[in-house]
Amino acid sequence: MGRKDFMCGIVGLFLKDKSLEPELGVLLSEMLAAMTGRGPDSAGFAVYGAGDKNMIKITLRGPEGTDFAALAASLARAGDAEVSLTPRDTHGVLGVAARDWPKLKGLLGQIAPGVSIVGEGARMELYKEVGLPADVAKRFGLETMSGTHGIGHTRMATESAVTTDGAHPYSTGLDQCLVHNGSLSNHNAVRRTLQRDGVAFTTENDTEVAAAYISHRIHHGDSLTQALESSLVALDGFFTFVVGTESGFAVLRDPIACKPAVMAETDRYVAFGSEYRALDSLPGIASAALWEPEPSKVYFWGRAA
Amino acid sequence: MHVRSNAPSYDIDLATETVRSLNAALHGLAKESDPCLWRIANPRGRHAIAVGIDSPISVEINGPVGYYCASMNKQARVTIAGNAGVGVAENIMSGIVEVKGDASQAAGATGVGGTLIIDGNAGARCGISMKGVDIIVKGSIGHMSAFMAQAGSLTVLGDAGDSLGDSIYEAHLYIRGSVSSLGSDCIAKEMRDEHKAELFAKLTIAGLAGQVDVTAFKRYGSARQLYHFHTDNLSSY
Repeated sequence: MGRKDFMCGIVGLFLKDKSLEPELGVLLSEMLAAMTGRGPDSAGFAVYGAGDKNMIKITLRGPEGTDFAALAASLARAGDAEVSLTPRDTHGVLGVAARDWPKLKGLLGQIAPGVSIVGEGARMELYKEVGLPADVAKRFGLETMSGTHGIGHTRMATESAVTTDGAHPYSTGLDQCLVHNGSLSNHNAVRRTLQRDGVAFTTENDTEVAAAYISHRIHHGDSLTQALESSLVALDGFFTFVVGTESGFAVLRDPIACKPAVMAETDRYVAFGSEYRALDSLPGIASAALWEPEPSKVYFWGRAA
Repeated sequence: MHVRSNAPSYDIDLATETVRSLNAALHGLAKESDPCLWRIANPRGRHAIAVGIDSPISVEINGPVGYYCASMNKQARVTIAGNAGVGVAENIMSGIVEVKGDASQAAGATGVGGTLIIDGNAGARCGISMKGVDIIVKGSIGHMSAFMAQAGSLTVLGDAGDSLGDSIYEAHLYIRGSVSSLGSDCIAKEMRDEHKAELFAKLTIAGLAGQVDVTAFKRYGSARQLYHFHTDNLSSY
Protein backbone atom coordinates (compact mmCIF):
# COMPACT_ATOMS: atom_id res chain seq x y z
CA MET A 1 0.00 0.00 0.00
CA GLY A 2 2.21 2.78 -0.46
CA ARG A 3 3.92 2.81 2.77
CA LYS A 4 2.30 6.09 3.73
CA ASP A 5 -1.27 5.14 3.01
CA PHE A 6 -3.21 5.07 6.23
CA MET A 7 -6.60 4.10 4.96
CA CYS A 8 -7.39 1.49 2.31
CA GLY A 9 -10.00 -1.23 2.36
CA ILE A 10 -9.53 -4.96 1.94
CA VAL A 11 -12.02 -7.74 1.35
CA GLY A 12 -11.99 -11.50 0.94
CA LEU A 13 -14.66 -14.07 0.18
CA PHE A 14 -14.35 -17.85 0.36
CA LEU A 15 -17.36 -19.86 -0.77
CA LYS A 16 -18.29 -23.12 0.92
CA ASP A 17 -21.50 -23.54 -1.07
CA LYS A 18 -20.78 -24.48 -4.70
CA SER A 19 -24.10 -23.03 -5.83
CA LEU A 20 -22.79 -19.53 -4.96
CA GLU A 21 -19.74 -19.87 -7.26
CA PRO A 22 -21.38 -18.25 -10.32
CA GLU A 23 -22.11 -15.22 -8.10
CA LEU A 24 -18.58 -14.79 -6.72
CA GLY A 25 -17.83 -11.83 -8.99
CA VAL A 26 -21.10 -10.05 -8.21
CA LEU A 27 -20.59 -10.47 -4.47
CA LEU A 28 -16.95 -9.40 -4.62
CA SER A 29 -17.74 -6.29 -6.69
CA GLU A 30 -20.38 -5.21 -4.16
CA MET A 31 -17.86 -5.70 -1.35
CA LEU A 32 -15.27 -3.61 -3.22
CA ALA A 33 -17.75 -0.83 -4.01
CA ALA A 34 -18.73 -0.67 -0.31
CA MET A 35 -15.07 0.06 0.50
CA THR A 36 -14.89 3.09 -1.82
CA GLY A 37 -14.81 5.44 1.16
CA ARG A 38 -11.64 3.79 2.41
CA GLY A 39 -9.96 3.71 -0.99
CA PRO A 40 -11.26 5.72 -3.95
CA ASP A 41 -7.99 5.97 -5.91
CA SER A 42 -7.44 2.49 -7.26
CA ALA A 43 -8.73 -1.03 -6.82
CA GLY A 44 -7.66 -4.54 -7.54
CA PHE A 45 -8.83 -8.07 -7.06
CA ALA A 46 -7.83 -11.68 -7.57
CA VAL A 47 -10.37 -14.33 -8.50
CA TYR A 48 -9.78 -18.08 -8.26
CA GLY A 49 -11.85 -19.61 -11.05
CA ALA A 50 -11.72 -22.74 -13.16
CA GLY A 51 -8.34 -24.26 -13.81
CA ASP A 52 -6.45 -27.22 -15.15
CA LYS A 53 -3.37 -28.57 -13.40
CA ASN A 54 -1.47 -28.96 -16.68
CA MET A 55 -2.26 -25.42 -17.78
CA ILE A 56 -1.26 -22.05 -16.43
CA LYS A 57 -3.08 -18.73 -16.59
CA ILE A 58 -0.93 -15.65 -17.02
CA THR A 59 -2.53 -12.30 -16.23
CA LEU A 60 -0.83 -9.53 -18.20
CA ARG A 61 -1.25 -5.80 -17.80
CA GLY A 62 -0.41 -3.48 -20.67
CA PRO A 63 -0.67 0.21 -21.50
CA GLU A 64 -4.08 1.50 -22.65
CA GLY A 65 -4.79 0.11 -26.15
CA THR A 66 -2.48 -2.90 -25.94
CA ASP A 67 -3.40 -5.39 -28.69
CA PHE A 68 -3.44 -8.56 -26.61
CA ALA A 69 -4.73 -10.67 -29.51
CA ALA A 70 -1.72 -9.74 -31.64
CA LEU A 71 0.54 -10.31 -28.64
CA ALA A 72 -0.89 -13.80 -28.03
CA ALA A 73 -0.56 -14.67 -31.72
CA SER A 74 3.08 -13.49 -31.85
CA LEU A 75 3.87 -15.41 -28.72
CA ALA A 76 2.28 -18.61 -30.08
CA ARG A 77 4.25 -18.24 -33.33
CA ALA A 78 7.57 -17.45 -31.66
CA GLY A 79 7.22 -20.24 -29.12
CA ASP A 80 5.53 -22.74 -31.44
CA ALA A 81 2.94 -23.34 -28.74
CA GLU A 82 -0.78 -23.01 -28.19
CA VAL A 83 -1.75 -19.75 -26.46
CA SER A 84 -5.34 -18.86 -25.60
CA LEU A 85 -6.37 -15.34 -24.71
CA THR A 86 -9.15 -13.69 -22.69
CA PRO A 87 -8.76 -9.93 -23.09
CA ARG A 88 -10.23 -7.73 -20.35
CA ASP A 89 -9.64 -4.01 -20.84
CA THR A 90 -6.00 -3.20 -19.94
CA HIS A 91 -5.41 -6.81 -18.89
CA GLY A 92 -5.27 -10.04 -20.82
CA VAL A 93 -5.25 -13.58 -19.49
CA LEU A 94 -3.16 -16.06 -21.47
CA GLY A 95 -3.73 -19.79 -21.16
CA VAL A 96 -0.71 -21.95 -21.94
CA ALA A 97 0.48 -25.46 -21.14
CA ALA A 98 2.48 -25.37 -17.92
CA ARG A 99 5.42 -27.11 -19.64
CA ASP A 100 5.56 -24.37 -22.34
CA TRP A 101 5.47 -21.45 -19.93
CA PRO A 102 9.18 -21.12 -18.98
CA LYS A 103 10.13 -20.78 -22.67
CA LEU A 104 7.21 -18.46 -23.48
CA LYS A 105 7.96 -16.28 -20.45
CA GLY A 106 11.41 -15.53 -21.87
CA LEU A 107 9.93 -14.69 -25.28
CA LEU A 108 7.22 -12.48 -23.77
CA GLY A 109 9.79 -9.96 -22.54
CA GLN A 110 11.19 -9.64 -26.09
CA ILE A 111 7.83 -9.53 -27.90
CA ALA A 112 6.06 -7.13 -25.51
CA PRO A 113 8.53 -5.26 -23.31
CA GLY A 114 5.86 -2.77 -22.17
CA VAL A 115 3.57 -5.49 -20.83
CA SER A 116 3.98 -6.79 -17.29
CA ILE A 117 2.97 -10.07 -15.70
CA VAL A 118 0.75 -9.38 -12.70
CA GLY A 119 -0.12 -12.95 -11.80
CA GLU A 120 0.55 -16.56 -12.68
CA GLY A 121 -1.27 -19.65 -11.55
CA ALA A 122 -3.49 -22.58 -12.38
CA ARG A 123 -6.63 -20.79 -11.18
CA MET A 124 -5.80 -17.21 -10.19
CA GLU A 125 -6.57 -14.17 -12.34
CA LEU A 126 -5.55 -10.77 -11.03
CA TYR A 127 -6.69 -7.31 -12.09
CA LYS A 128 -5.85 -3.85 -10.80
CA GLU A 129 -6.30 -0.37 -12.12
CA VAL A 130 -6.58 3.28 -11.12
CA GLY A 131 -10.12 4.54 -10.55
CA LEU A 132 -13.15 4.16 -8.30
CA PRO A 133 -13.60 0.54 -7.17
CA ALA A 134 -17.01 0.17 -8.88
CA ASP A 135 -15.56 1.51 -12.14
CA VAL A 136 -12.51 -0.75 -11.94
CA ALA A 137 -14.71 -3.80 -11.26
CA LYS A 138 -16.91 -2.87 -14.23
CA ARG A 139 -13.98 -2.32 -16.63
CA PHE A 140 -12.77 -5.84 -16.00
CA GLY A 141 -16.23 -7.41 -15.90
CA LEU A 142 -15.82 -8.73 -12.36
CA GLU A 143 -19.57 -9.29 -12.12
CA THR A 144 -19.34 -11.94 -14.85
CA MET A 145 -16.59 -13.92 -13.11
CA SER A 146 -17.24 -17.09 -11.17
CA GLY A 147 -14.95 -18.91 -8.81
CA THR A 148 -14.41 -20.44 -5.41
CA HIS A 149 -12.82 -17.44 -3.70
CA GLY A 150 -11.36 -14.03 -4.25
CA ILE A 151 -9.70 -11.13 -2.49
CA GLY A 152 -9.68 -7.42 -3.22
CA HIS A 153 -8.32 -4.05 -2.23
CA THR A 154 -9.33 -0.41 -2.49
CA ARG A 155 -6.51 2.08 -2.14
CA MET A 156 -6.36 5.58 -0.78
CA ALA A 157 -2.99 7.04 -1.70
CA THR A 158 -2.40 9.74 0.87
CA GLU A 159 1.20 10.61 0.05
CA SER A 160 2.57 8.30 -2.61
CA ALA A 161 1.50 8.37 -6.26
CA VAL A 162 -1.77 7.01 -7.61
CA THR A 163 -0.44 4.42 -10.03
CA THR A 164 -1.42 0.92 -11.03
CA ASP A 165 1.95 -0.31 -9.74
CA GLY A 166 0.88 0.87 -6.30
CA ALA A 167 -2.41 -1.01 -6.49
CA HIS A 168 -2.98 -4.37 -4.82
CA PRO A 169 -3.10 -7.36 -4.89
CA TYR A 170 0.55 -8.29 -5.24
CA SER A 171 1.36 -11.72 -6.54
CA THR A 172 4.81 -13.17 -5.91
CA GLY A 173 4.19 -16.87 -6.39
CA LEU A 174 2.03 -19.26 -8.39
CA ASP A 175 -1.62 -18.78 -7.37
CA GLN A 176 -0.47 -16.65 -4.41
CA CYS A 177 -1.43 -13.05 -3.80
CA LEU A 178 -1.73 -10.63 -0.94
CA VAL A 179 -3.67 -7.50 -0.04
CA HIS A 180 -2.63 -5.34 2.86
CA ASN A 181 -4.02 -2.56 5.01
CA GLY A 182 -1.32 -0.81 6.98
CA SER A 183 2.31 0.10 6.59
CA LEU A 184 5.58 -1.75 7.15
CA SER A 185 8.54 0.10 8.61
CA ASN A 186 11.34 -2.40 7.92
CA HIS A 187 10.45 -3.28 4.34
CA ASN A 188 13.73 -1.96 2.91
CA ALA A 189 15.79 -4.23 5.16
CA VAL A 190 13.58 -7.24 4.42
CA ARG A 191 13.71 -6.48 0.67
CA ARG A 192 17.53 -6.40 0.75
CA THR A 193 17.63 -9.74 2.58
CA LEU A 194 15.26 -11.32 0.08
CA GLN A 195 17.18 -9.83 -2.85
CA ARG A 196 20.35 -11.48 -1.55
CA ASP A 197 18.41 -14.76 -1.67
CA GLY A 198 17.60 -14.12 -5.33
CA VAL A 199 14.06 -12.74 -5.04
CA ALA A 200 13.28 -10.11 -7.72
CA PHE A 201 11.10 -7.06 -7.01
CA THR A 202 9.17 -4.90 -9.46
CA THR A 203 8.17 -1.97 -7.18
CA GLU A 204 9.36 -0.02 -4.13
CA ASN A 205 6.14 -0.96 -2.37
CA ASP A 206 6.09 -2.36 1.18
CA THR A 207 3.23 -4.74 0.40
CA GLU A 208 5.22 -6.41 -2.37
CA VAL A 209 7.87 -7.14 0.27
CA ALA A 210 5.29 -8.80 2.54
CA ALA A 211 3.97 -10.87 -0.37
CA ALA A 212 7.48 -11.84 -1.45
CA TYR A 213 8.47 -12.74 2.11
CA ILE A 214 5.50 -15.09 2.45
CA SER A 215 6.07 -16.65 -1.00
CA HIS A 216 9.77 -17.08 -0.19
CA ARG A 217 8.97 -18.95 3.03
CA ILE A 218 6.46 -21.18 1.25
CA HIS A 219 9.03 -21.83 -1.48
CA HIS A 220 11.40 -23.05 1.25
CA GLY A 221 8.89 -25.48 2.67
CA ASP A 222 6.72 -23.51 5.09
CA SER A 223 2.98 -24.00 5.08
CA LEU A 224 1.00 -20.79 4.56
CA THR A 225 0.23 -20.72 8.28
CA GLN A 226 3.91 -21.14 9.19
CA ALA A 227 4.91 -18.44 6.71
CA LEU A 228 2.39 -16.02 8.19
CA GLU A 229 3.44 -16.84 11.75
CA SER A 230 7.07 -16.12 10.91
CA SER A 231 6.04 -12.83 9.24
CA LEU A 232 4.92 -11.66 12.71
CA VAL A 233 8.58 -11.74 13.72
CA ALA A 234 10.16 -10.64 10.45
CA LEU A 235 7.86 -7.76 9.52
CA ASP A 236 7.66 -4.64 11.68
CA GLY A 237 4.68 -2.37 11.26
CA PHE A 238 0.91 -2.16 11.17
CA PHE A 239 -0.86 -4.65 9.02
CA THR A 240 -3.89 -6.68 8.32
CA PHE A 241 -3.06 -9.19 5.59
CA VAL A 242 -5.43 -11.22 3.48
CA VAL A 243 -3.59 -13.87 1.46
CA GLY A 244 -5.10 -15.85 -1.40
CA THR A 245 -3.81 -19.26 -2.43
CA GLU A 246 -5.01 -21.89 -4.87
CA SER A 247 -7.06 -23.58 -2.15
CA GLY A 248 -8.31 -20.73 0.02
CA PHE A 249 -7.51 -17.58 1.92
CA ALA A 250 -5.83 -16.58 5.16
CA VAL A 251 -6.11 -13.56 7.45
CA LEU A 252 -3.52 -12.17 9.84
CA ARG A 253 -3.45 -9.01 11.98
CA ASP A 254 -0.33 -7.59 13.60
CA PRO A 255 0.09 -7.94 17.40
CA ILE A 256 -1.41 -4.51 18.09
CA ALA A 257 -4.28 -4.93 15.62
CA CYS A 258 -4.72 -1.25 14.82
CA LYS A 259 -6.10 -1.87 11.37
CA PRO A 260 -9.77 -2.80 11.35
CA ALA A 261 -11.04 -6.25 10.42
CA VAL A 262 -14.41 -7.96 10.57
CA MET A 263 -15.22 -11.53 9.59
CA ALA A 264 -18.51 -13.22 8.82
CA GLU A 265 -19.27 -16.91 8.48
CA THR A 266 -22.37 -18.80 7.44
CA ASP A 267 -22.73 -22.34 6.17
CA ARG A 268 -22.37 -20.88 2.64
CA TYR A 269 -19.26 -18.68 2.93
CA VAL A 270 -16.54 -17.05 5.00
CA ALA A 271 -16.00 -13.36 4.34
CA PHE A 272 -13.53 -10.72 5.41
CA GLY A 273 -13.94 -6.94 5.32
CA SER A 274 -12.09 -3.94 6.69
CA GLU A 275 -15.49 -2.81 7.93
CA TYR A 276 -18.89 -4.36 8.36
CA ARG A 277 -20.16 -2.24 5.44
CA ALA A 278 -18.21 -4.49 3.07
CA LEU A 279 -20.17 -7.52 4.30
CA ASP A 280 -23.63 -5.98 4.47
CA SER A 281 -24.66 -7.04 0.93
CA LEU A 282 -23.78 -10.73 1.40
CA PRO A 283 -26.67 -13.21 1.43
CA GLY A 284 -27.85 -14.15 4.90
CA ILE A 285 -25.56 -11.64 6.62
CA ALA A 286 -28.21 -10.86 9.27
CA SER A 287 -27.84 -14.37 10.69
CA ALA A 288 -24.08 -14.79 10.04
CA ALA A 289 -21.59 -15.27 12.86
CA LEU A 290 -19.67 -11.99 13.00
CA TRP A 291 -16.39 -11.42 14.82
CA GLU A 292 -13.17 -9.46 14.77
CA PRO A 293 -10.07 -11.61 14.19
CA GLU A 294 -7.67 -11.64 17.12
CA PRO A 295 -4.21 -10.10 16.85
CA SER A 296 -1.26 -12.37 15.90
CA LYS A 297 -3.56 -15.26 15.06
CA VAL A 298 -3.55 -16.91 11.64
CA TYR A 299 -6.98 -17.75 10.25
CA PHE A 300 -7.22 -19.99 7.20
CA TRP A 301 -10.10 -21.35 5.19
CA GLY A 302 -9.38 -23.75 2.40
CA ARG A 303 -10.88 -26.51 0.35
CA ALA A 304 -9.36 -29.95 0.00
CA ALA A 305 -6.90 -29.97 -2.91
CA MET B 1 -37.79 12.95 5.86
CA HIS B 2 -40.94 11.19 7.01
CA VAL B 3 -41.83 12.83 10.29
CA ARG B 4 -45.23 12.25 11.79
CA SER B 5 -46.31 15.68 12.95
CA ASN B 6 -47.86 16.14 16.41
CA ALA B 7 -46.55 12.75 17.46
CA PRO B 8 -43.64 12.03 19.76
CA SER B 9 -42.03 9.52 17.44
CA TYR B 10 -40.11 9.85 14.19
CA ASP B 11 -39.08 7.20 11.68
CA ILE B 12 -35.97 7.69 9.61
CA ASP B 13 -34.99 5.18 6.92
CA LEU B 14 -31.32 5.45 6.04
CA ALA B 15 -32.00 3.54 2.81
CA THR B 16 -33.57 6.78 1.56
CA GLU B 17 -32.27 9.50 3.91
CA THR B 18 -28.63 10.47 4.43
CA VAL B 19 -26.80 10.25 7.74
CA ARG B 20 -26.03 13.93 7.32
CA SER B 21 -29.70 14.91 7.15
CA LEU B 22 -30.50 12.67 10.13
CA ASN B 23 -27.75 14.22 12.22
CA ALA B 24 -28.76 17.75 11.17
CA ALA B 25 -32.31 17.02 12.36
CA LEU B 26 -31.05 15.65 15.69
CA HIS B 27 -28.77 18.65 16.15
CA GLY B 28 -31.74 20.92 15.51
CA LEU B 29 -33.52 19.67 18.64
CA ALA B 30 -33.55 21.90 21.70
CA LYS B 31 -31.48 20.99 24.75
CA GLU B 32 -34.75 21.08 26.73
CA SER B 33 -36.79 19.32 24.08
CA ASP B 34 -39.69 17.11 25.20
CA PRO B 35 -38.83 13.42 25.24
CA CYS B 36 -39.49 11.78 21.92
CA LEU B 37 -38.46 8.61 20.12
CA TRP B 38 -36.47 8.44 16.89
CA ARG B 39 -36.47 5.07 15.15
CA ILE B 40 -33.74 4.59 12.58
CA ALA B 41 -33.97 1.81 9.99
CA ASN B 42 -31.33 0.39 7.62
CA PRO B 43 -28.16 1.75 9.21
CA ARG B 44 -26.19 -0.93 7.29
CA GLY B 45 -22.90 -0.20 9.01
CA ARG B 46 -22.79 3.48 8.06
CA HIS B 47 -20.47 5.72 10.04
CA ALA B 48 -21.25 8.58 12.41
CA ILE B 49 -24.93 7.82 12.95
CA ALA B 50 -26.59 9.91 15.70
CA VAL B 51 -23.41 11.69 16.75
CA GLY B 52 -23.36 14.84 18.85
CA ILE B 53 -26.92 14.75 20.19
CA ASP B 54 -27.64 17.19 23.04
CA SER B 55 -31.28 16.54 23.83
CA PRO B 56 -33.17 14.24 26.25
CA ILE B 57 -34.55 11.98 23.51
CA SER B 58 -34.51 8.27 22.78
CA VAL B 59 -32.98 6.92 19.59
CA GLU B 60 -33.43 3.31 18.47
CA ILE B 61 -31.18 2.14 15.67
CA ASN B 62 -32.39 -1.06 14.12
CA GLY B 63 -29.30 -2.82 12.79
CA PRO B 64 -25.51 -2.71 12.71
CA VAL B 65 -23.71 0.65 12.76
CA GLY B 66 -20.23 1.72 11.61
CA TYR B 67 -17.73 4.01 13.27
CA TYR B 68 -18.35 6.54 16.07
CA CYS B 69 -22.06 5.88 16.51
CA ALA B 70 -23.57 8.11 19.24
CA SER B 71 -20.21 9.72 19.89
CA MET B 72 -20.15 12.95 21.94
CA ASN B 73 -23.62 12.07 23.17
CA LYS B 74 -25.31 14.32 25.74
CA GLN B 75 -28.58 13.47 27.50
CA ALA B 76 -29.96 11.07 24.88
CA ARG B 77 -30.54 7.36 25.26
CA VAL B 78 -29.28 5.67 22.11
CA THR B 79 -29.97 1.95 21.62
CA ILE B 80 -28.26 0.00 18.85
CA ALA B 81 -30.02 -3.24 17.95
CA GLY B 82 -26.96 -4.74 16.29
CA ASN B 83 -23.18 -4.61 16.33
CA ALA B 84 -21.27 -1.34 16.57
CA GLY B 85 -18.08 -0.42 14.72
CA VAL B 86 -14.99 1.39 15.98
CA GLY B 87 -15.43 4.08 18.66
CA VAL B 88 -19.07 3.65 19.67
CA ALA B 89 -20.01 6.40 22.18
CA GLU B 90 -16.58 7.94 21.81
CA ASN B 91 -16.28 10.97 24.08
CA ILE B 92 -19.76 10.43 25.50
CA MET B 93 -20.61 13.31 27.88
CA SER B 94 -23.88 12.10 29.44
CA GLY B 95 -26.92 9.95 28.67
CA ILE B 96 -26.89 6.23 27.90
CA VAL B 97 -25.65 4.34 24.87
CA GLU B 98 -26.64 0.70 24.69
CA VAL B 99 -25.28 -1.83 22.19
CA LYS B 100 -27.38 -4.99 21.89
CA GLY B 101 -24.65 -6.83 19.97
CA ASP B 102 -20.84 -6.65 20.00
CA ALA B 103 -18.76 -3.49 19.84
CA SER B 104 -15.52 -3.06 17.90
CA GLN B 105 -12.38 -1.45 19.27
CA ALA B 106 -12.16 1.80 21.25
CA ALA B 107 -15.71 1.59 22.62
CA GLY B 108 -16.37 4.51 24.95
CA ALA B 109 -12.94 5.99 24.23
CA THR B 110 -12.24 9.26 26.10
CA GLY B 111 -15.80 9.18 27.51
CA VAL B 112 -16.33 11.99 30.02
CA GLY B 113 -19.67 10.98 31.56
CA GLY B 114 -22.82 8.99 31.02
CA THR B 115 -23.10 5.23 30.60
CA LEU B 116 -22.17 2.77 27.85
CA ILE B 117 -23.72 -0.69 28.09
CA ILE B 118 -22.57 -3.44 25.72
CA ASP B 119 -24.58 -6.66 25.80
CA GLY B 120 -22.01 -8.64 23.83
CA ASN B 121 -18.21 -8.38 23.65
CA ALA B 122 -16.10 -5.30 23.13
CA GLY B 123 -12.92 -5.37 21.05
CA ALA B 124 -9.47 -3.94 21.78
CA ARG B 125 -8.89 -0.68 23.63
CA CYS B 126 -12.31 -0.53 25.27
CA GLY B 127 -12.45 2.58 27.46
CA ILE B 128 -9.10 3.91 26.28
CA SER B 129 -8.37 7.23 27.97
CA MET B 130 -11.80 7.24 29.64
CA LYS B 131 -12.40 10.32 31.76
CA GLY B 132 -15.54 9.60 33.78
CA VAL B 133 -17.85 7.39 31.71
CA ASP B 134 -19.27 4.23 33.25
CA ILE B 135 -18.86 1.27 30.86
CA ILE B 136 -20.55 -2.06 31.48
CA VAL B 137 -19.70 -4.97 29.17
CA LYS B 138 -21.73 -8.15 29.62
CA GLY B 139 -19.28 -10.19 27.53
CA SER B 140 -15.49 -9.89 27.33
CA ILE B 141 -13.14 -7.08 26.31
CA GLY B 142 -10.06 -7.10 24.06
CA HIS B 143 -6.43 -6.17 24.59
CA MET B 144 -5.17 -2.79 25.82
CA SER B 145 -8.52 -1.90 27.37
CA ALA B 146 -8.64 1.03 29.81
CA PHE B 147 -5.27 2.25 28.53
CA MET B 148 -4.48 5.52 30.33
CA ALA B 149 -7.96 5.43 31.86
CA GLN B 150 -8.28 8.52 34.02
CA ALA B 151 -11.67 8.35 35.73
CA GLY B 152 -14.98 6.47 35.63
CA SER B 153 -15.57 2.75 35.82
CA LEU B 154 -15.25 -0.27 33.55
CA THR B 155 -17.26 -3.32 34.59
CA VAL B 156 -16.81 -6.56 32.68
CA LEU B 157 -18.79 -9.75 33.31
CA GLY B 158 -16.49 -11.81 31.07
CA ASP B 159 -12.72 -11.77 30.55
CA ALA B 160 -10.18 -9.07 29.74
CA GLY B 161 -7.44 -9.36 27.11
CA ASP B 162 -3.74 -8.51 27.38
CA SER B 163 -2.34 -5.40 29.04
CA LEU B 164 -5.46 -4.36 30.92
CA GLY B 165 -5.22 -0.85 32.36
CA ASP B 166 -1.79 0.01 31.03
CA SER B 167 -0.64 3.36 32.44
CA ILE B 168 -3.96 3.73 34.25
CA TYR B 169 -4.74 6.78 36.39
CA GLU B 170 -7.79 6.65 38.67
CA ALA B 171 -10.48 4.73 36.78
CA HIS B 172 -12.00 1.74 38.60
CA LEU B 173 -11.90 -1.59 36.78
CA TYR B 174 -14.14 -4.47 37.88
CA ILE B 175 -13.56 -7.77 36.04
CA ARG B 176 -15.46 -10.95 36.84
CA GLY B 177 -13.55 -13.32 34.55
CA SER B 178 -9.89 -13.83 33.80
CA VAL B 179 -7.40 -11.14 32.84
CA SER B 180 -4.81 -12.24 30.23
CA SER B 181 -2.24 -9.80 31.59
CA LEU B 182 -2.07 -6.49 33.40
CA GLY B 183 -0.49 -3.45 31.76
CA SER B 184 2.21 -1.31 33.25
CA ASP B 185 1.30 0.11 36.68
CA CYS B 186 -2.05 -1.70 36.83
CA ILE B 187 -2.56 -3.99 39.84
CA ALA B 188 -5.28 -6.07 41.50
CA LYS B 189 -6.69 -4.24 44.49
CA GLU B 190 -8.73 -5.07 47.55
CA MET B 191 -12.51 -5.04 47.01
CA ARG B 192 -13.74 -2.99 49.98
CA ASP B 193 -17.39 -2.33 50.83
CA GLU B 194 -17.34 1.04 49.08
CA HIS B 195 -16.26 -0.71 45.88
CA LYS B 196 -18.93 -3.38 46.21
CA ALA B 197 -21.48 -0.58 46.61
CA GLU B 198 -20.13 1.24 43.58
CA LEU B 199 -20.18 -1.93 41.49
CA PHE B 200 -23.72 -2.73 42.63
CA ALA B 201 -24.80 0.75 41.52
CA LYS B 202 -23.25 0.23 38.07
CA LEU B 203 -24.85 -3.20 37.70
CA THR B 204 -28.18 -1.65 38.66
CA ILE B 205 -27.91 0.86 35.81
CA ALA B 206 -27.38 -2.07 33.43
CA GLY B 207 -30.42 -3.87 34.84
CA LEU B 208 -28.28 -6.57 36.43
CA ALA B 209 -28.93 -5.86 40.10
CA GLY B 210 -29.53 -9.08 41.96
CA GLN B 211 -28.58 -11.22 38.96
CA VAL B 212 -24.84 -10.85 39.33
CA ASP B 213 -22.86 -11.37 42.55
CA VAL B 214 -20.57 -8.41 43.26
CA THR B 215 -18.20 -10.63 45.24
CA ALA B 216 -17.39 -12.60 42.07
CA PHE B 217 -15.50 -9.56 40.69
CA LYS B 218 -11.92 -8.48 41.16
CA ARG B 219 -10.95 -4.83 41.28
CA TYR B 220 -7.99 -3.44 39.35
CA GLY B 221 -6.50 0.02 39.46
CA SER B 222 -3.38 2.09 39.49
CA ALA B 223 -0.32 1.29 41.58
CA ARG B 224 0.37 5.05 41.23
CA GLN B 225 4.04 4.45 40.54
CA LEU B 226 4.07 5.58 36.94
CA TYR B 227 2.20 8.84 36.95
CA HIS B 228 4.21 10.29 39.80
CA PHE B 229 7.65 11.13 38.57
CA HIS B 230 10.35 8.84 39.94
CA THR B 231 13.88 8.91 38.61
CA ASP B 232 13.95 5.13 38.98
CA ASN B 233 11.16 4.84 36.44
CA LEU B 234 12.84 7.02 33.86
CA SER B 235 13.07 4.23 31.33
CA SER B 236 9.30 3.66 31.57
CA TYR B 237 8.29 7.21 30.71
